[in-house]
Amino acid sequence: MSELQDRIRTVVENEPVALFMKGTPQFIMCGNSDRALRALREAGSPVTAVDILVDPAIRQELSQLSGWPTIPQVFIKGELVGGADIVEELAETGELEERLSSALGPEYREQAEERVVSVV
Amino acid sequence: MPTTDPLEQLLRKAFPGATELAVIDRTGGGDHFQVVVADARFEGLSLVDQHRLVYEALDGPLQDGTIHELRIKTKGAA
Repeated sequence: MSELQDRIRTVVENEPVALFMKGTPQFIMCGNSDRALRALREAGSPVTAVDILVDPAIRQELSQLSGWPTIPQVFIKGELVGGADIVEELAETGELEERLSSALGPEYREQAEERVVSVV
Repeated sequence: MPTTDPLEQLLRKAFPGATELAVIDRTGGGDHFQVVVADARFEGLSLVDQHRLVYEALDGPLQDGTIHELRIKTKGAA
């Protein structure tokens, strides 16, 4: 495994909610990354964002790791939740909040901070 | 030929029993698509696994850059 893939795996496994996106929450570079972020924010989720545009290798290594071809990708406690369509759909049905609550505890909203981390 | 035809053919091949199947060119530019597939195969699968089946069916156009953006809606058989 490459060092980059190792660092991506560390973020996926250790962050409560990891969002691999184009841009950052402060400067979003893609409509679908925006949709995923909005759905997470509406559910009161913590977000640890990784900007995949920093280096094209991130996207390659991430997709190899997750088996998911597109960006964004959302993980809760290491488990792939899906891309923008799925996260939006889960947010609409209330299932996203249920999953956050069961993975992070019912008080998850209280630690709902947003931050950006780098894997390169 | 509409730009949606090749994608629709790939999906028909992958989901011969689909009760609903649609490909929409969202922008008219031939690279931003919305697909809708309803198939009994999806029943009992997580959304991640349902979408994975669609990605597998469209692997060619996803890899070669034909598809810049893909929105997916999957459901069980209607």
